[in-house]
This record gives sequence, structure tokens and C-alpha cells, in this order.
Amino acid sequence: MNGRLGKWVGDHIVLLVGLLVLLYMFMPIFIVVLMSFNDPASKNSYSFDGFTWHNWLNPCEPIGMCDAVTLSIRIGFLATIGATALGTLMAFALVRHRFKGRSVANIFTFLPMASPEIVMGSSLLALFVSAGFAGTLGFWTILIAHIMFCLSFVVVTVKARLAGLDPRLEQAAMDLYANEWQTFWRVTFPLVFPGILAAALLSFSLSFDDFIITNLNSGQEVTFPMYVWGAAQRGIPPQINVIGSVMFFLALFLVISSEVFQRRRARVTA
Amino acid sequence: MSTAAAPVGPAEAVAAPAPEERKRGWTGYLLLAPAMLWLLVFFIIPMVSLVSTSLYDPSGSLETGYSMTGHIANYVDTLSEYSKQFIRSIIYAGIATLACLLLGYPLAYAIAFKAGRWKNLMLVAVIAPFFTSFLIRTLSWQLILGDQAWVADILRGIGLLGEEGHLMATPLAVVTGITYNFLPFMVLPLYASLEKIDPRLHEAGADLYASPFTTFRKVTVPLSMPGVVAGTLLTFIPAAGDYINAQLLGNPQTTMIGNVIQNLFDGGSYPEAAALSVTLMAAIVVMVLVYINRAGTEELV
Repeated sequence: MNGRLGKWVGDHIVLLVGLLVLLYMFMPIFIVVLMSFNDPASKNSYSFDGFTWHNWLNPCEPIGMCDAVTLSIRIGFLATIGATALGTLMAFALVRHRFKGRSVANIFTFLPMASPEIVMGSSLLALFVSAGFAGTLGFWTILIAHIMFCLSFVVVTVKARLAGLDPRLEQAAMDLYANEWQTFWRVTFPLVFPGILAAALLSFSLSFDDFIITNLNSGQEVTFPMYVWGAAQRGIPPQINVIGSVMFFLALFLVISSEVFQRRRARVTA
Repeated sequence: MSTAAAPVGPAEAVAAPAPEERKRGWTGYLLLAPAMLWLLVFFIIPMVSLVSTSLYDPSGSLETGYSMTGHIANYVDTLSEYSKQFIRSIIYAGIATLACLLLGYPLAYAIAFKAGRWKNLMLVAVIAPFFTSFLIRTLSWQLILGDQAWVADILRGIGLLGEEGHLMATPLAVVTGITYNFLPFMVLPLYASLEKIDPRLHEAGADLYASPFTTFRKVTVPLSMPGVVAGTLLTFIPAAGDYINAQLLGNPQTTMIGNVIQNLFDGGSYPEAAALSVTLMAAIVVMVLVYINRAGTEELV
């Protein structure tokens, strides 16, 4: 019996360790969801003092928080469109086209991912200041910065999807007298679309979540992460955890439903 | 937030057109131009302007303007003043990277080989915590590591933490936070390279009388090296420049170089801040090059 138990543990030890690590990763999420129902006894309370629905029913109660969320959504949305468009075009060029300077293009995409945020943020600030925009830092400078750091992630994501595409599907379409335009919109684009969608979701969450680069280039504007940062010094309203929980469940819902959708489609086509 | 933090993904899969099948002509350049232009104007040129800002005369200010005096002394001054924070950043980031590797490897291994039908669910679980804000998650560590929380109670109970000991506002808290925040950047590339290993190689190892541990050491580890290299870089680089964990979970004795740079910018000392930023970037580039050279892999992008 003992031997069998030992073998079972031996077989599953890696899985158990893996699950423990996952637990470590989820611990703060439990806290965020729990604290979204907290009824804090004081402004600087660090413990769960009592259960209430109040925070969920009055999410915009803390002054300025919902404005910050709205600003972050607006920037996230525009940055996603910009980065996804530019990045997708670049990914197509990298996978499908011949040109001189391929390695330069690869280095260009890799570098922003390999630079610490504080360096990217401070160099953009240096550019804006020396170009005389020190007084006009705000919405547009944040947007420019966000498109810049999302771009590389879009290129990498779409490139991976495009590289995994069987070129014979397009050749088949051409054999069936589809012209290049039709082949692209009827065959290539639908097949690459999941990659583009993943890249867009990633861009939005990167943009919505960014603090270090935004903080340097935002002027007087306050995005949601900047609001949280400010609140961390003054005492955190529990509504911040409501926004955190909503973000979490919304994203989880999107990911799981796309997974289910793809499985169902795979079953239909199979 | 980091699904694509795996640039080691199936970048060049089998089905990709061979280079000679790629289309020629101007279309490639046209597709490439907008993104390249954006990166040139808002990534490369800013780097140049950062370097030039770092050489301004530090006696200027935003209002009066700076004069370009080639003030190399900025580098010497800031390095001698903030060397402690600089070294601390490298050490914290190094420890956190090592911790991420130790935690991330079993998790990535379990997902790749042991999870079976739960594989996709576990992958979603790796990235799921990152759907909520970085700052909010870091703030919730303040609670987990707080003096009244059960973690501190347990550690006091088993004597690992003195009666008066704290977890919050210690170097340990900062490193825990960094490890936590950058763990998916380690797990995803590790998973990507482990997943490519044919499980039959494990059986072959066992058939040749290798113990599971020997098989792991001689087969799995070498084959997963590209993932290890990519993962450690993707963890170490952002960790070295981070200041959020040091600010929210640390104390004045745990400030990192990111805090210093941000504070100098806030205080209007642009040339000094720029000089430190350039130094950080240069240090990282040198370390990365040495590391890649040692690890002997170029399969990064």
C-alpha cells in the first residue's frame, strides 16, 4: 500500500507543485474579489471589516475614479486600433514578403520588448521635452506611447499565427480561380483573424494596465493605474477592487468563450 | 496580459513558406513602413534624445531651458551617488528571476506533460491573474504580507519569523512581489519550449536505463534551454527597471534604480535622470549580450 502511495505521489508530484504555484498566482485575485465586498472601518483599513454590497452598487463613488477608468478605456481602445493595424501589416510583411533589411526589422520589433519600461518612458519624455511639447503632455502623448509599446507584441502574436498557416490553402484558392484580393479576404484573413483578435485583446490589456511609461508622459491626465497609484498613498477605496474584479471576470469570460467557440467550430468542421 | 510574452512561440512553424517563396516587390516595404516609422520616431529617436538629455548642463531647468554642454560628469555623479540602488536593483531582479525559474519550471513542466485534458485550462489559469491591474494585485500583496495576515501568523507559529518580525516593507516582500508579477513571463516561454519536446524521448531515456532524474537532466533540461534563456530575459529586464514593487511593498532602504529615476524626473532633474536611464539600459544590454553568448542560443525572436 505504502509503495503504491509512494508511486502515486511520485507520478503526481510535479503536477502538485505546479498547482501550488498556480495557487500562489491566484492568491492576490482572491484578495481583490474579497476586498471588493469590504466595508472598511476606516480609510486606511487593511483588513476585511464587514460584508457589504455597497461598493458594487456605487462603483463611481470615489471622486475621479470613473473618469480615470473612462480615460483608460478610451486610450486603450485607440491604442489597440493603432497598434493592431500597424503591427498586423508589419507581421504580413515579415512572413510573406521579401525585402532588404529583414534583420533590422526584427531588431526593431524585439528592442521595445527588451527595454525596461522606465527607460522607454524616460526616453519618450526626453523627446517630447526637447521637441518643445513639455507643456502639452497629455492624451496624445499617452496614446503615442501606448501604440509604441503595444506594437511589438502585436507583431509577435500575428506573426506566430501567420507562420503556422498552411500556404497550400491559399494556393488551392488560387487554383479555383480566386484572384489575390478574394484569396486574401476569403481565405487568408479569416484564418489569421484569431491571431489578430488575440493581439488586439493583448494590446488593450497592456494599454489599460500601463503605469510606468504613462506616469512619465501624462502631464495632467489621470489614467486608472495612476488613480490607483495616487489612492495607494491616501487610502484605497474598496471600489478599486470592484473595478479589478470586473476586469478579471470580463477577461476570463472573453478567453473562455473564445476557447469554447473554437472547440465547437473544430467539432463542426471535423 | 502576457499571452504573447512568448516570442519563442511557434514562430517558424513547418507550414511557413520557405524564404524563396516569399513575394518580391514593393508591397513588403509598404506594409512595413508605417510600423517601422512609428518605432523609429517614438522608440529609436527618443533613445537618442535621452542620451543627449543626459549630457545637458544639470544647472538648467525646464523653465529656463537646458544648455548642451556635453556634461559627461552627469554619469559619474549619478553613478557614485546611486550605486547602492543600482546594485540593489540588479540583485533583487536576479533573485526574483531565479525564484521565477524555480517556481515556473515545475508549473510549465506540469502543463506540458502532466496536465492531459486540463492543459488549456491551466494555461488560461497562468495568464488569468494578469487580467486584473498590476497595481491592484501588488496592493493586495500588502494585505497578504501584512502583520495581521495568516501568512505572518503561520511563519511566527513555526518560528521562521520572530514575534516582532514583519513581512511587509522588507526586501523579502519586494522580491516576492517582483517574482509574482513577472512569473508568467517565465512560464509561457518555458512552456513553449517544453511542449515541443517529444515525450517519446523520455521513454527512450528510461529504456536506456536512465533514472527519471537523469533523463530530466540529460534530455529535458538541454532541450528546454531556449525557453530558459527567453524566460529569464523576459523576467530580468522588466524586473530590473521596476519601481512599483519597491514603492508599494518596500521601505526607504529597498528603493531600486527605477524609483530614483522617477523621483529625479518628478523633481525636474532631467539630465541626471536621463543619465541613470542610459546607464541602466547600457548595463542591461551588456548583461544580456554576455548571457546570450554564454547560453549559446540565438533562437530568441
